[in-house]
Amino acid sequence: MNSRERILGRVRRALADASADEAPIARDYLREHGQRTAAQTVELLAENLADYRAVVHRTDEAGLPALIAGLLEKRGAASVLVPSGLDEGWLAATGVTRVADRAESTPDELDRVDSVVTACAVAVAETGTIVLDGSPDQGRRRITLVPDHHVCVVRVPEQVVSSVPQGLERLDPARPLTWISGPSATSDIELDRVEGVHGPRTLEVILVGGA
Amino acid sequence: MSGTYLGMPAFPEAAREAVADTTLRGNLRHATHTIRAKRAKAVTEVSDWAELREAGKRIKDHTLRHLDRYLVQVEETVTAAGGIVHWAADAGEANEIVTRLVKMTGETEVVKVKSMATQEIGLNEALEAEGIHAYETDLAELIVQLGKDRPSHILVPAIHRNRGEIRDIFAREMSEWGRPAPEGLTDTPAELAEAARLHLREKFLRAKVGISGANFMVAETGTLVVVESEGNGRMCLTLPDTLISVVGIEKIVPTWQDLEVFLQTLPRSSTAERMNPYTSTWTGTTDEDGPQNFHLVLLDNGRTDTLADEVGRQALRCIRCSACLNVCPVYERAGGHAYGSVYPGPIGAILSPQLRGTGSEIDASLPYASSLCGACYDVCPVAIDIPEVLVHLRERVVQGGEVTREGNKVVLRPAKGHAAERAAMRAARWAFTHPGALRTGQRAASRSRRFHPRTLPGPGRAWSETRDLPPVPTEPFRDWWQRTRGGKDGDR
Repeated sequence: MNSRERILGRVRRALADASADEAPIARDYLREHGQRTAAQTVELLAENLADYRAVVHRTDEAGLPALIAGLLEKRGAASVLVPSGLDEGWLAATGVTRVADRAESTPDELDRVDSVVTACAVAVAETGTIVLDGSPDQGRRRITLVPDHHVCVVRVPEQVVSSVPQGLERLDPARPLTWISGPSATSDIELDRVEGVHGPRTLEVILVGGA
Repeated sequence: MSGTYLGMPAFPEAAREAVADTTLRGNLRHATHTIRAKRAKAVTEVSDWAELREAGKRIKDHTLRHLDRYLVQVEETVTAAGGIVHWAADAGEANEIVTRLVKMTGETEVVKVKSMATQEIGLNEALEAEGIHAYETDLAELIVQLGKDRPSHILVPAIHRNRGEIRDIFAREMSEWGRPAPEGLTDTPAELAEAARLHLREKFLRAKVGISGANFMVAETGTLVVVESEGNGRMCLTLPDTLISVVGIEKIVPTWQDLEVFLQTLPRSSTAERMNPYTSTWTGTTDEDGPQNFHLVLLDNGRTDTLADEVGRQALRCIRCSACLNVCPVYERAGGHAYGSVYPGPIGAILSPQLRGTGSEIDASLPYASSLCGACYDVCPVAIDIPEVLVHLRERVVQGGEVTREGNKVVLRPAKGHAAERAAMRAARWAFTHPGALRTGQRAASRSRRFHPRTLPGPGRAWSETRDLPPVPTEPFRDWWQRTRGGKDGDR
């Protein structure tokens, strides 16, 4: 008997005495906490992002290229990773060397890039979370991990949901997902929170609203 | 379970030593009090906590009730997504599978994201024996590994160390394992974290094999979920070519939607955050993104035996948040090492003796490592009635009875060392059913009270060594009642 059959057999024997009638799973928990307008939900997202030490910026479509150029300049970035499907206009105002997100790049090559700019799939206001799903405007998972500076653009209010349940509904589990709530952090030393252990130590989120 | 813990003394001896260590008690008190206060605040932020807790409990119970079906389903969905599924009945088999998979890659180094399951099976030691070095990459696990120490907490494995101790470990040990600690390293958490970042980054960037556990597996979609903070998880899950995940069979949830419950309750219960910094989900392999070889090892190692116990099976609902450790008065004073298991604290006291059986002295002592105050049940986000299981396991230890070991029903003999307890309980039963004898005995006890010893003789010594004997009153209650109220307030 192989281990698969052995384990499944043990499970079935273990459950032989278990009663067949079970209480149904009541999903009477909330779909979102509190009543908010779309604008208030965006406001809550900004607050919660900032609470977990992400740097939050707001602009409109027209102001986005200049804002991104300014953030890269302020950072002193010499190079920026660019996912293949990123809106080209977003980087129109910066002259920083662009590095394409390619499957062949080694982790060492990525480690030498200063910043990365991506879009996102959805943002969750109640938890201050942005979610990336590997779409062409977000790139491979590793490009938002190895460089030390991540700039993420969220379209508001369309890409913002209130809660975790609403976020999951919008996401496709077949894609690899990365949920990001503030920069990398640890509380392993006397439970003091320290930002930036292995992921990007600086997360800047740009909320882009209006046409 | 892990050989690391073999030869540990039973809980009372280990705890006696631990409570005498004032540095340890100080470190633990600071940490547990900090996090329990933060957790309480994080929980009050969500008004539907009670409903979420109940839903989490029901989802897990439903999954366990149909575990065979969901295991087969997760095997199908993971395979369909490009993963390879392996089944491991025990620790030895799981270690063999992982070792073989690593050897097939030709690599002699692996990076690991913290995983209770791989600690449970002693994977690092098994790999080392085959010439494969496993690097722990969680900051706390790194502290533990460099310090040649053992984890003492589920979530914060180095909770027993303060910043000064951590600095010393880094300065002394990092060079043995790779990049040395920077010159003049101080004990500020930020500097220590930076030293760990530099030390580990060189390992991440060259790693070809990653090993992980998982917080959840979704049967419906074949998706695995890892919840973490530092990004070391993301490093291990995405940079290597090969990813091997060792996951306990109880970690399944049926549907994608079910995650909406646990992704709300787990972060708030464990780190007291609205959401942990990083959550990764992956379904098999994705072309040109992340590992191109994915292996899932489904681990039993005592879980089906635990499932066979009607009262004890609820321990398998555990989502390893560690909230029960942080509120436990016994854990706070004794520390995690005293439990002699990778699962310390209240959950460890019920999980370890079930996964391993109560045959050893340490496992037989664990159900007693509790004051039964119930705080652990109150904070548990999946409502595991830990006190109920503790009492159930005490009964099993003292009386023996039928249990399942490695899939077979066996009759357990009463554990040694509990003969006096059994005799005392039998005597009590006789006395309480013979009122005349009880009265005579109580009167004799009161009259001789001046001559009572402060500790019990013979087999009772073990009990009175850790407890004060209650003083016997000057007269039995029934005599007092007769003397003061007897016959006056209407005797029934």
